[in-house]
Amino acid sequence: MNAAIHNARCVFKRELQGYFATPVAYVFLVIYLILAGVFTWYLGGLYEQDQADLTPFFSFQPWLFLALIPALAMRLWAEERHSGTIELLLTLPISPGQAVLGKFLAAWLFVGVALALTVGEWITVAWLGGPDHGVIATSYLGTLLLAGGFLSIGACLSALTRNQVVAFVLSISIGFLFILSGYPAVLEFAEALLPDFLVGSVRQMSFLTHFNGIVRGVIDARDVVFFLSLIGVFLFANTVIIDAKKAD
Amino acid sequence: MIEIQQLTKVFDSRPAVDQVSFDVHPGEVLGFLGPNGAGKSTTMKMITGFLPPTSGGARICGHEVTADPIAAQRCIGYLPEGAPLYPDMTPAALLRFVAEARNMDRARLQQRMQEVVALVGIEGVLEQRIDTLSKGFKRRVGLAASILHDPEVLVLDEPTDGLDPNQKEEVRKLIRSMAQDKVIVLSTHILEEVEAVCTRAIIISEGRVLFDGTPAELRAQSKTHGSILLHVEGVQADQAQAALAALDAVARVETLDADPGEGHVRLRAYPAGEAPLLHPVTDLVKTQNWNVEHLSVERGNLDEVFRAITTTPSTNERVSNAGTQA
Repeated sequence: MNAAIHNARCVFKRELQGYFATPVAYVFLVIYLILAGVFTWYLGGLYEQDQADLTPFFSFQPWLFLALIPALAMRLWAEERHSGTIELLLTLPISPGQAVLGKFLAAWLFVGVALALTVGEWITVAWLGGPDHGVIATSYLGTLLLAGGFLSIGACLSALTRNQVVAFVLSISIGFLFILSGYPAVLEFAEALLPDFLVGSVRQMSFLTHFNGIVRGVIDARDVVFFLSLIGVFLFANTVIIDAKKAD
Repeated sequence: MIEIQQLTKVFDSRPAVDQVSFDVHPGEVLGFLGPNGAGKSTTMKMITGFLPPTSGGARICGHEVTADPIAAQRCIGYLPEGAPLYPDMTPAALLRFVAEARNMDRARLQQRMQEVVALVGIEGVLEQRIDTLSKGFKRRVGLAASILHDPEVLVLDEPTDGLDPNQKEEVRKLIRSMAQDKVIVLSTHILEEVEAVCTRAIIISEGRVLFDGTPAELRAQSKTHGSILLHVEGVQADQAQAALAALDAVARVETLDADPGEGHVRLRAYPAGEAPLLHPVTDLVKTQNWNVEHLSVERGNLDEVFRAITTTPSTNERVSNAGTQA
């Protein structure tokens, strides 16, 4: 067990160094912060709503992540395959599962850093009025979980291909399905086609349903469990794919 | 040590490696030869646990690679084909990463880092990003990463590919210097390299082992091995040929070219048996009082042997050491 943690941490550290050794990190951070600001202040109308809370900020996060996280995740495995370094990595005494975990956690921490940098919005709102800080804190937690969900999907799909563009498009498409499955239009469509218990599970798979639950300020264990188990499932699938198709 | 049993890999119903078996012992440097696509890299990927075999298996230092890849990988240092490295890292950071992955403690890392860096000669570029390094330096960084933990088994896929002649010689020297107590397997398609560094050569083609023996035995398979090349002035070709052919040690004589006017002849005499031809021929030259321009004993042409082994229609027929007696 200790060895597993040691190995995952070793991959984690290398990955994290990798983000800051290339422009990837800086481009991602800058774009994310600009877009988050634009969405919150212009499209979300934080000023106009006359209410000191960060709802406009958080309600756009799923859409922002839908586009940006696949861009971050697409390189995780596709680049290793493309450059052949996957052979270097997986012939070290590190198991695929440890490598998958290390890479995922590094990417998740990186998104966490990006999210932490939006603390300016929180400060602004606090300065403008008296927001419910508890709600904002849980919303940040929910956003981090949402990011983890998108990331695990992106990492898993990145393992399928050596082409980063393919990985990007696949991740956006699958991520879009996970967002859409909570929309009434989609659910009505599902109701017309599927038996009741399946409609329920389609709704249960929705990122928005679970995310909005947390953002309302209520931490429901089911919402947290949903995101954590989704991450678990996709990382497991990621490991299986890497193990089965190391050299392809 | 490496024990390989009936190792087979099938890609899309085509066997890339077909029941390959061999053992390699400490002190041996095994050169893996074969045309492109013969299955050299695939075999190495299976030995290092990167690719699972379709059937058969490999044991590295007693660890079955498929059952316990991590234990096997601990004993192996591996330089994959093309020496893939993380381009955004510096050699120093990469070596630290490899050391950590191999669970080396700080003191040992310091010591090995110094040794290895000096050994492969990358002191000057340690803090430079890998994607800015030349091909030769990248290869050396890859080599450094593979030998950092002082492995018992070293697997090098085309370690000198793309290097200039000086760099090639340095890498060969490095491999020879590590050979005493390690098991080294390297692939190459440079035949002279096998003679320069290997104690043993295996030729594979279409996934099958077609030759397994020493480089000298490989060369001995050459048609011209042990033959003598002779240029003589002032003698008629048929006369010289007849005199040479009359020797007991000579099986046959071939006239390569003859200039009747000038009396200039180039001949090749093939030995009848294992006995060296040099003395009988030099004695003949003295008694005939020939004016010799050139006399050399052919060691045999490796390229020719390689072509003969890898392009014969009956590739299923395996050539063993016994075959070298012919």
